[in-house]
Amino acid sequence: MTATPDTAQDFTALFPDEVVTQTLVQDVALPQGQGTMALITLDNGFDHTKPNTFGPQTLTALGEVVDGLRQRAEAGEITAVGITGKPFIFAVGADLKGVGAVRSHEQAKAISHLGHQVFSSISDLPVPSFAFVNGAAMGGGVEIGLACTYRTISSSVPAIALPECFLGLVPGWGGCWLLPNLVGVQKAVKVIIENPLAQNTMLKGPQAFELGMYDAMFDGADFLVESIRWAASVLAGETTVERTPVDRDEQSWDGVLAMAKKGVDMRTGGYAPAPYRAIELLRAARTVSRDEGFAAEDDALADLMMGDELRAGLYAFDLVQRRAKRPAGEPDKALARPVTKVGIVGAGLMASQLALLFLRRLECPVVMTDLDQGRVDKGVGYVHAEIDKLVAKGRLRQDKANRYKAMMTGSTSKEQMADAEFVIEAVFEELDVKKKVFAEVEAVVGPECVLATNTSSLSITDMAADLEHPERVVGFHFFNPVAVMPLLEIIKGDKTDDATLATAFAVGKKLGKTRVLVKDSPSFIVNRLLGRFMSDMARIVDAGTPVPVADQGFAGVAPMPPFVLMALVGPAIALHNNETLARAFPDRFYVSENLRKVVEAGKPGFYTFDERGRQLVDPEVEALFETPENPEVLTPEQVREKVLSGLAEEAALMLREGVVAAPMDLDLAMITGAGFQFWNGGLTPLLDRSGVSEKVTGSRFLPEGVASVPR
Amino acid sequence: MPRTLHEVVFVDGVRTPFGKAGDKGMYAQTRADDLVIACIRELLRRNPDLPPERIGEVAVAATTQIGDQGLTLGRLASLLSGIPNTTPGYSIDRMCAGALTAVTTAAGSIAFGAIDVAIAGGVEHMGRHPMGEGTDPNPRIIAEKLVDPSALVMGSTAENLHDRYPTLTKERSDRFAVASQRKLAQAYERGDVQPDLVPVATRNAEKGWGLATVDEPPRPGVTMDDLATLRTPFRPHGRVTAGNSAGLNDGATACLLASQEAATELGLPVKMRLVNFAFVGVEPEVMGYGPVPAAEKALAQAGLTIDDIGIFELNEAFAVQVLSFLEHFGIPDDDPRVNPYGGAIAIGHPLASSGVRLMTQLAREFEQQPDVRYGMTAMCIGIGMGAAVIWENPHHKDYEESK
Repeated sequence: MTATPDTAQDFTALFPDEVVTQTLVQDVALPQGQGTMALITLDNGFDHTKPNTFGPQTLTALGEVVDGLRQRAEAGEITAVGITGKPFIFAVGADLKGVGAVRSHEQAKAISHLGHQVFSSISDLPVPSFAFVNGAAMGGGVEIGLACTYRTISSSVPAIALPECFLGLVPGWGGCWLLPNLVGVQKAVKVIIENPLAQNTMLKGPQAFELGMYDAMFDGADFLVESIRWAASVLAGETTVERTPVDRDEQSWDGVLAMAKKGVDMRTGGYAPAPYRAIELLRAARTVSRDEGFAAEDDALADLMMGDELRAGLYAFDLVQRRAKRPAGEPDKALARPVTKVGIVGAGLMASQLALLFLRRLECPVVMTDLDQGRVDKGVGYVHAEIDKLVAKGRLRQDKANRYKAMMTGSTSKEQMADAEFVIEAVFEELDVKKKVFAEVEAVVGPECVLATNTSSLSITDMAADLEHPERVVGFHFFNPVAVMPLLEIIKGDKTDDATLATAFAVGKKLGKTRVLVKDSPSFIVNRLLGRFMSDMARIVDAGTPVPVADQGFAGVAPMPPFVLMALVGPAIALHNNETLARAFPDRFYVSENLRKVVEAGKPGFYTFDERGRQLVDPEVEALFETPENPEVLTPEQVREKVLSGLAEEAALMLREGVVAAPMDLDLAMITGAGFQFWNGGLTPLLDRSGVSEKVTGSRFLPEGVASVPR
Repeated sequence: MPRTLHEVVFVDGVRTPFGKAGDKGMYAQTRADDLVIACIRELLRRNPDLPPERIGEVAVAATTQIGDQGLTLGRLASLLSGIPNTTPGYSIDRMCAGALTAVTTAAGSIAFGAIDVAIAGGVEHMGRHPMGEGTDPNPRIIAEKLVDPSALVMGSTAENLHDRYPTLTKERSDRFAVASQRKLAQAYERGDVQPDLVPVATRNAEKGWGLATVDEPPRPGVTMDDLATLRTPFRPHGRVTAGNSAGLNDGATACLLASQEAATELGLPVKMRLVNFAFVGVEPEVMGYGPVPAAEKALAQAGLTIDDIGIFELNEAFAVQVLSFLEHFGIPDDDPRVNPYGGAIAIGHPLASSGVRLMTQLAREFEQQPDVRYGMTAMCIGIGMGAAVIWENPHHKDYEESK
């Protein structure tokens, strides 16, 4: 061990609450007279809901065990070493809880180095080592397997991944060197870069086996026994492990990485350092030695650990993993009333999408109403067609499809929803229309039926004002496409009671949504913040900065450039949102006359494509624009500064107004509702670390160290 | 329509290594159903010519059918073993003769023509499910003196047998027990036991995963002197000790049965042919005597005599109970035809699983002794019953497949 005792002590101080994963060892008699295998079980003593992880104490103890096994191997007592996990879990990688407390590059590097040292000691055993991956394996859990001579995997493993780039790290305990040298750079790119950046996609056991990450696959039922038998037959020379040779041609290797870089550029705009470091490591892996590769991984890990992007990533991960499950302001769950039937007023596309979501998640009867039978039929027909599509894709069984179709009805009469406990409206976005709808629904439903509105901008309190039971009205704001976007803003009106709110939260949970409680306020969270930056962007463009330049300024913040996003949202909706906000906050929000012209001209967006498929500003849109007399042309950096400043001002105001409980809710909403990035922690960590918060509002949103490196 | 009966053959049998029941036993933290699933999957692996969808029934015995031995174990074990859901299954209970009854019941279905391939076996995790767990004996048993209260305590029934047959002394029981241990150790040494053992991955939260590859209960090298010192837990100055009885154990067994026609069609090996079987009741307080009338009945039905039987696989619940059988039929205590690989005193007796262990051993003994034409597996059963099954050796020169 080269980690000095001092550093080891530091670790314990850094990770005082480490849940230590024990390294248990039992001797196993190998079949075919192949001697004794020392079988390591990684087990933290909890069930599968608390997976095995590697923290400093765990690694140190594992290293000591491996050292003991090396001595036993040298003494001829054992012929092989096996490593497996506890039931359903192999190991899910580094314990990242302590990373927030790492304050120096030296500490960071020591942690990286410790992992390498321990895993390498497995590779360097004088007897063959076997990883028997019986359950989920991620990060270091995959890497400890890569360190072994051979690997088997259970066909029932639900998740194999190197998710480091998703969080802001690189696989730095051997993954970036070992994986490309095992399966080639193309497949390594998929596992190390592409999957993490594609919403952290994980591989199932058979897929990981297909990729060549594992040498043999066995059924879950007797996975360990069959793995041990296989190991014995490998030792006996009866089974020869065949691996596809790695193509080491420099041109194709670097070509793969050049493509990978383009993909990363597209997704991150160059603002997320981790995948770029991974690409560098993968490039070097073709020629450098293991030790050189590992040393480079140490450097990369330490650099990234001391970067704000990782800290923000971990903060964001914690938000979506923890805060999302215990939403701030959720009333006592026991107050929630059961929902066994749902009514949906309206049968348009939004209503139909909602119907499908409620059907699949709540599995209860859903009735959709509209004024016109033709629209009702169209809405129900849409739901039926979507169900058929799911069956065709093999994602839904026919029996379930029949069940859902039977539960989906439509009517022109609201009488059909008389026995519903939850009615949501998705009609035209106009207060009077919605008030009329709720009055009609109230006339037929029971007194406790929740009336939810999918309004994106209207006041819940106003909508409830003239009802007999205004306490039953709640805002239930989804994001498009409803089935995909995780966020659900739940809006409490002045009179909304706790039972209604609790029911809304319970329904939202069953729908699988990330629920954030919002005060009844103009455009709520996401549309208000998006509205603010679109408003500021429009102001900048109207003042003379070209659209592509303005877009560049926002790279790496939103999932796509703002004016590209415009085409997705629809210019008309963007304009409507801006008008609403400008009415509410005329001093800050701006309605672009140029945007109005684009809408009036019926243009679907600002960009078009030339004959070679390159994106350019639509000349017809350009022609519509009024050019200012003294154009003010900003650089992308100036655009960024300006727009971030606007967002900082707006976010601070929202917190002051009590729109949400805390900055964390703003970030959670922007991540899950607008696709804002993990490496920015959503929004406020980005505002803090770029200095904008303090410049604009005089203070940070989050204390130092929460989503940044403590200075 | 004239009915055709079908010959039933024993194709293959396996078992888990047997463990000691209790917290320190190797299966303490391993599920009972996983033990029997390990056996079923091993049968499928060892017989790749058998398409799993051809299995017509999965019959699994357990005495205590609750917890991980409950939920219609035969059906669930089948599903969990990866057998297609078109194969049905059921659970069976006849105390110690559970697996034996699973075999005869499935064999009855095969002979009748209702199915042509079956898996039969049993499991008992006595650590997780001590004998009598959750039972509620009817108070009339005592009020109306229907059954001697000692009938519910198996060790007491063994003491009762000593009373009934005074020539069956503790000394003879101990001597038989020592021989059982010795014969098992020799069988292990020859490698006669290992081929039919299924290794089992054993989970233990404190020790990690291990692999069970050999039986845990045997005490090779135990002596008469060792046994003389043991206490007699069922009565003071009694004769029944932990040394001359089977212990409390965890384990599972399974075997593959088929009609002769199906075995031929699928190219499955025939290790034994079922000749006849019988279950007979006796006084519950001397349940250990049950195999005697059962054997007589089965022999009579088969038109055979005790002299036709070349190998006996008798379950050693208690030494005295085997001795009562041998004495009745005039067979010496140390007759080499009896339990050639040793018996339950050494190997262990996870109640409902043991019947198939006897058969699996007999099948291997048949292969080793082609001159033996007939063999018998027999066992005593709690609440006063006995079971005997007669098998024919297909390796014998006079064996006729078409018969």
